[in-house]
Amino acid sequence: MPPSIALRMNHALPAEHRDRLLRVAREAHFPQGTRLFEEGGHANRFWIIRDGIAALDLHVPGRRAPVVETLGVGDLVGWSWLYEPYVWQLGAETVTPVRAYEFDAVAVRLMCLDDPGFGRAVEHWVGRVLAHRLQAARTRLLDLYGPYSGGGAR
Amino acid sequence: MTDVPVPYRVVARRAETADTVTLCLEPVGAALDDFTPGQFAMVHCFGRGEIPVSVSSVQATGGLAHTIRSVGAVSAGLCAAQAGDVLGVRGPYGLGWELERARGRDVVVVAGGIGLAPLRPLILRALAEPATYGRVNVLIGARTPADLMSRKEIERWPTSYTGVTVDRPDQEWRGDVGLVTALLDRADFEPARASAFVCGPEPMIRATARDLVFRGVPAERIRVSLERNMRCATGHCGHCQLGPLLLCQTGPVVDWTAAEPLLSVREL
Repeated sequence: MPPSIALRMNHALPAEHRDRLLRVAREAHFPQGTRLFEEGGHANRFWIIRDGIAALDLHVPGRRAPVVETLGVGDLVGWSWLYEPYVWQLGAETVTPVRAYEFDAVAVRLMCLDDPGFGRAVEHWVGRVLAHRLQAARTRLLDLYGPYSGGGAR
Repeated sequence: MTDVPVPYRVVARRAETADTVTLCLEPVGAALDDFTPGQFAMVHCFGRGEIPVSVSSVQATGGLAHTIRSVGAVSAGLCAAQAGDVLGVRGPYGLGWELERARGRDVVVVAGGIGLAPLRPLILRALAEPATYGRVNVLIGARTPADLMSRKEIERWPTSYTGVTVDRPDQEWRGDVGLVTALLDRADFEPARASAFVCGPEPMIRATARDLVFRGVPAERIRVSLERNMRCATGHCGHCQLGPLLLCQTGPVVDWTAAEPLLSVREL
């Protein structure tokens, strides 16, 4: 299974924990251009995209916030809710209309505290998502498409 | 095939990006043998030298198009060529994409950076024969929006899915940002009956091919174009050797089954 699919909640979480998490989800719909959260804000929600695309951005003074990554169907939007100090590290905005499962982060954190097995599974899932995104960011740092002179036939 | 450069005249020059141009060439006299998509020519800039360049277009008239990025003395000389200039061309060399092996199957094309150029004739051929091939998907990764080749043309391709993602967006970019493999989630193909064609930097090729295999595309149906230093293009000098392969002859396009074990050897 490719990493992008293996990291989706429905594959990454055992059925028992997935069902439990989904019981506290609510359906959310966002028009294109909706700000989901702002960098520095209190991370009290998170989402799993069911349809549409959202972009993660970073505040740079004096210019429009540059997009650092786009997320699509099945992707987790937001991880800062799971780790102290529960502050968004990036901003997020919908690129297209988005349909998503929305979760109350405080409620899910309490569920993690109440049930260590559930908590470990959620932390493991979000940690794997983070590792995957870190690896993708590091790969992009290599500037693979930049000029090269390998002498091959391109 | 000839090992002596044959004169070709530049009949058109199109700037693709700030450092990349496409030169359309017509033979001054007799044309070289027909090229197939994925094959390459040694293109000679008189007074500077020659470099290997894949064909980015093959014309029935014997004309060729080569897309060249300016990264060294020879490629800079070629990029500076203007309509009317004469270049030397020898070839065709190597094995091409062999699109015909994908008959009756979905086609997944994944291109990184200038890797789109050698894939372009394959894409056009697959799109021109909708009864022969299944759903055609084109996934493109680029450094920035300004580095995207053939942007207007890409928008017009009647594919089942075309995805473009960049590493560094500019202020106007409203598309995807991230690795090209992320686009595979949105592509429209049935892995078990798909053939894939991948060209770009080798780390991108590795990641893409592995992802495709994970999804169920058989490794022998993934064709990748490998990048090695080609000099003679006739299998004599050994500069392009990759393990048991001489890529100028048994490549540059090879099956993933042959490429995977070689790309994981650090010394190669």
